[in-house]
Amino acid sequence: MSRLQVVSGKGGTGKTTVAAALALALATEGKRTLLVEVEGRQGIAQLFETETLPYEERKIAVAPGGGEVYALAIDPELALLDYLQMFYKLGGAGRALKKLGAIDFATTIAPGLRDVLLTGKACEAVRRKDKSGRYAYDCVVMDAPPTGRITRFLNVNDEVAGLAKIGPIHNQAQAVMRVLKSPETAVHLVTLLEEMPVQETADGIAELRSARLPVGRVIVNMVRPALLDEAELELGLERTPRTAIARSLSAAGLGGARRGGSAERLVDPLLEQAAEYAERFALERGQRDVLREFGRPLHELPLLAGGMDLAGLYELATALRKQGIA
Amino acid sequence: MTPEPARTSDSAAASGTARPLAPGRALDVDALIDDPRTRIVVCCGSGGVGKTTTAAAIGLRAAERGRKVVVLTIDPARRLAQSMGIDRLDNVPRRVKDVEGEGDGELHAMMLDMKRTFDEIVEAHADKERAAAILANPFYQSLSAGFAGTQEYMAMEKLGQLRSRDEWDLIVVDTPPSRSALDFLDAPKRLGSFLDGKLIRLLMAPAKVGGRAGMKFLNVGMSMMTGALGKLLGGPLLRDVQTFVAAMDTMFGGFRTRADATYRLLQAPGTAFLVVASPERDALREAAYFVERLAADDMPLAGLVLNRVHGSGAAHLSAERALAAAENLEESRIVDQGDGKVGDRNSPDNLLSPETSQPSEASQPSETSVPSEAPHETTTSDVAETTDTTDTSVEQLTAGLLRLHAERMRLLAREQRTRDRFTALHPEVAVAEVAALPGDVHDLAGLRAIGDRLAG
Ligand SMILES: Nc1ncnc2c1ncn2[C@@H]1O[C@H](COP(=O)(O)OP(=O)(O)OP(=O)(O)O)[C@@H](O)[C@H]1O
Ligand SMILES: Nc1ncnc2c1ncn2[C@@H]1O[C@H](COP(=O)(O)OP(=O)(O)OP(=O)(O)O)[C@@H](O)[C@H]1O
Ligand SMILES: [Mg+2]
Ligand SMILES: [Mg+2]
Repeated sequence: MSRLQVVSGKGGTGKTTVAAALALALATEGKRTLLVEVEGRQGIAQLFETETLPYEERKIAVAPGGGEVYALAIDPELALLDYLQMFYKLGGAGRALKKLGAIDFATTIAPGLRDVLLTGKACEAVRRKDKSGRYAYDCVVMDAPPTGRITRFLNVNDEVAGLAKIGPIHNQAQAVMRVLKSPETAVHLVTLLEEMPVQETADGIAELRSARLPVGRVIVNMVRPALLDEAELELGLERTPRTAIARSLSAAGLGGARRGGSAERLVDPLLEQAAEYAERFALERGQRDVLREFGRPLHELPLLAGGMDLAGLYELATALRKQGIA
Repeated sequence: MTPEPARTSDSAAASGTARPLAPGRALDVDALIDDPRTRIVVCCGSGGVGKTTTAAAIGLRAAERGRKVVVLTIDPARRLAQSMGIDRLDNVPRRVKDVEGEGDGELHAMMLDMKRTFDEIVEAHADKERAAAILANPFYQSLSAGFAGTQEYMAMEKLGQLRSRDEWDLIVVDTPPSRSALDFLDAPKRLGSFLDGKLIRLLMAPAKVGGRAGMKFLNVGMSMMTGALGKLLGGPLLRDVQTFVAAMDTMFGGFRTRADATYRLLQAPGTAFLVVASPERDALREAAYFVERLAADDMPLAGLVLNRVHGSGAAHLSAERALAAAENLEESRIVDQGDGKVGDRNSPDNLLSPETSQPSEASQPSETSVPSEAPHETTTSDVAETTDTTDTSVEQLTAGLLRLHAERMRLLAREQRTRDRFTALHPEVAVAEVAALPGDVHDLAGLRAIGDRLAG
């Protein structure tokens, strides 16, 4: 079990949702879990229906098993000041740097530096131990940037170690990379059963692998329930005469089966919907086949028809646990 | 005979997908793109809602209606890029083949390469020697590929370039999946505030005054600061940064002037913003935020494109009635069979949650992979054969169709509710609805279909 679980995926596929559900699932297994947000969007607070998260580790949920979920929204600016304080004892100079706009520069203009701080803070939480020498958190789950940026994001410290060849930054960067490239880390990718996210997953896996970052699981999110199976679709769309369906609809109390009767007039739209459904269904099956070829553990989470809420989040956490993820 | 339920409208019946628009105004896309005064259309919205698709569809439609169009896309789906012939990243517009329509319209398209665009700016605005020094600077190299908001700057920069070439009468701009709603509007300002900052002057000072990073000319306060920076970044990196900033110095002013100009261009009357959203709660919440931010920045909003909306040709049949009818059929079938066996594959439970052979079942502990669907395929023909002889298969199929319809109607109702909430909040915003196509959009035919739906 990796202690740092990074959740990436194409934008909008459910990274934040899956990361939160994963944290809950881990906590339900009794693990003390930290859920980390790096994009400054307060997605976790929204999901857990709590107030805005400060730059501070805060308990946001207690799972049925007694495990706790803490959350941290990393603020790059505060993280930088943190670092200056912690590593270089630059308290006063830090404030001066801030006045000069250096902090702005480091955190917004130069994303490399920003990413160094974000990954650094997460790895610090992974490595942190309490006085008795136990890890402060059993697991850290990161709601990470999307697939298109994930490799660069995680690998930024390699780049930094190359740029800053000596000094504290160099050492720090190497320490972070040691965590990220070890089996202590797993990068999961969330996808949908659609062409673009699946393609992006393929590209993401290839990039992560070539950067020697550990690829974890592939999680298919928002899977729709199958309402008609293939046998029925085939029958319906090709073999069954329209008149038979019209009669059947009529028998079900939906009006006349003769031409122009209200049951008869339902046949076309219903068959059209079935045809659309069949097309989606075939497309999804094709995408599922592509995903299987990646050779990574594959999991599926259902589409919650009523939209997301806290109860839904627990439902997804349960699904993850049942699938042996946590 | 039951009374015929009234049809909602003729067009709803004909297209099978449209549905009556709720109170809000309808957005007239054709009027917008036909109007020669419309010179720029910007498609913005949150991630994955269909910005790129909408931008490409609008570009194609405008071209086929006779305008000379260029579409600037950002990270288009690979197959879409291939079908438009823009899958090669060379950062210049390519003419798209197979554009139809009788006018002399043209469609050109390109895919933004942000690093290339950045390099081009350097090459265009610094003398040769200086440009080479910047391009080779390790700090520039790591910066140019991943500047926070680089995509946004570069999209705006490219838009400025395309506009100033004045070769096209309509430019359609796609926007990056922004981290926060209007990064691309904030980008020029952020760049400006950085350039106005003291840091840049501080960083430039040593290189300017002392040539090669001569720290000795700095006053005490300054040297304390550079000392801190040096300690933080390491001496060699600080020197890289300083040389970089010094080399970029001459360009920065121009960069900023152009960013400001592009910003004003966006506010000009010839520009029209389209906010794209899917009919989901979060996407529409973001859309509302976009609408408010555009208003706050004096950006001209043309309307909302509500993408991937579902409809039904049988919208008069409610979910409840469809379900009741399906149950009716299933009950009568059990009576017909005389044994009413439980666990029948057609029992409501099995229809609602997939069979075991459906890999979508969430509860399977699929550590290695999802089980194959092979068993399923072997039964298919059996079922077909045995059921051909009886009516049960038809009833079971009809019940399935009705359940599918019930599900569709529930989705419709949900989408309508989210949409109504948006309209209540922003009744002034005109809306165009685009039906969800069953498959992905990855060729000109697909874009045309989207264009038709956009135009209503
Ligand atoms: N299984 C699900 N069922 C229903 N809705 C879901 C499910 N998973 C996610 N959603 C919804 O989909 C939307 C996107 O999810 P989420 O914000 O987690 O994605 P994301 O990948 O983090 O997005 P972004 O790239 O913008 O950060 C949200 O509205 C969320 O509530
Ligand atoms: N009306 C539609 N019907 C069916 N599929 C659609 C529709 N609109 C878009 N799509 C599909 O949805 C996917 C996402 O669309 P698109 O790439 O245009 O979104 P985007 O907003 O540009 O995403 P990103 O934020 O990642 O840039 C594509 O696979 C596209 O084919
Ligand atoms: Mg998110
Ligand atoms: Mg796009």
